[in-house]
Amino acid sequence: MKELEVILDKNGLIVAFLFVGILTWATDVFSKKALNGRIPGSALAIGLALVLGYLGGVLAEGEQGLADLSYLKGLSTLGGSMFRDFAIVATATGASFVLIRKSGLLGLVSLTLGIGLFFGFGVAIGWIMGYRDAVSLCTIGAGACTYIVGPVTGGAIGASSEVIALSIGTGVVKTIAVTILTPIMAKWIGLNSPAAAMSYGGIMGTSSGVAAGLAATDPALVPYGAVTATFYTGLGCLVCPSLFYLILSTLLG
Amino acid sequence: MIKGLALLATCFLLGMWCGAILGTWLGIDANVGGVGFAMVFLLLSKEYLTSKGWWNGEFGFGLEFWNKLYIPIVIAMAASLNVKSALSSGVLALLAGTFPVLLAFGVVKILLKQVNPEK
Repeated sequence: MKELEVILDKNGLIVAFLFVGILTWATDVFSKKALNGRIPGSALAIGLALVLGYLGGVLAEGEQGLADLSYLKGLSTLGGSMFRDFAIVATATGASFVLIRKSGLLGLVSLTLGIGLFFGFGVAIGWIMGYRDAVSLCTIGAGACTYIVGPVTGGAIGASSEVIALSIGTGVVKTIAVTILTPIMAKWIGLNSPAAAMSYGGIMGTSSGVAAGLAATDPALVPYGAVTATFYTGLGCLVCPSLFYLILSTLLG
Repeated sequence: MIKGLALLATCFLLGMWCGAILGTWLGIDANVGGVGFAMVFLLLSKEYLTSKGWWNGEFGFGLEFWNKLYIPIVIAMAASLNVKSALSSGVLALLAGTFPVLLAFGVVKILLKQVNPEK
């Protein structure tokens, strides 16, 4: 047994392949046999992975969900930003450059709308919860954009570490909410074409949430959502600590 | 297989480089659209190679593998998110994280209606 433990510990990424493979196989079978395919297996697997991520956080008291359990540490490599971005780029082979160019303006409009909307509502909710200073409100609003924009903005304008932690928490909740809600809302909002996916990616913005949500809805739409979502965090980091902060501090005197 | 993988890696690194340069140029510590640039490079080089008649299954397989690995990666990513701290970071984080998302779905719906009025 000791030998096996050493092997599992040394080959984290391979264990992660095995783990995800078993999870996918189990949810596929469950989706076909128990649900008649009404919920796609991949959507179930992503949802179950979130639940397991919660359990992992409870058991190991770390910050990386299930990847905090030492035998499953490879999950953070497999699910890390390097492999995620590499695989998203590979999905572009199924995309049409002409369609992306045709919807370029729609994507730009969506990006602007999306950052403004999330920032505005984040600030409003911060205000309702009792925050009154421009620095804290701006950081919370930025956190409502993505969990990267939040701390980048907070760091730039000198927010307290408590507020920065709160903005990261807000951003992670957003990612999870987008992941879970996208396959549920897809039909209602008409998320069924490349142009629709591009404006959805621009408005929602969180690359992880958009990527996971579209994967659970229709994998063919992933590259279109990703191509706009990839600009969201950068644009958010640009306007939140500058333009939006100036507007907020002027409004608050 | 490895040719496709090398092409993907080239496009990925070039795209990330462009995103980083754009970030520095804008004066922010973030990658602006690196994935998007990489996707455009990949699409353009695929078109170029196809027009020259050099594109073949060798390239396709290396790309297809990573394309297919995408969903497993997303599953691993979901399992390694800090779900516990997100849920325990208070009412404000829960409200500010979910409420705007619900509204955003409404905005996507309205925007798409404007673009495709026939639907």
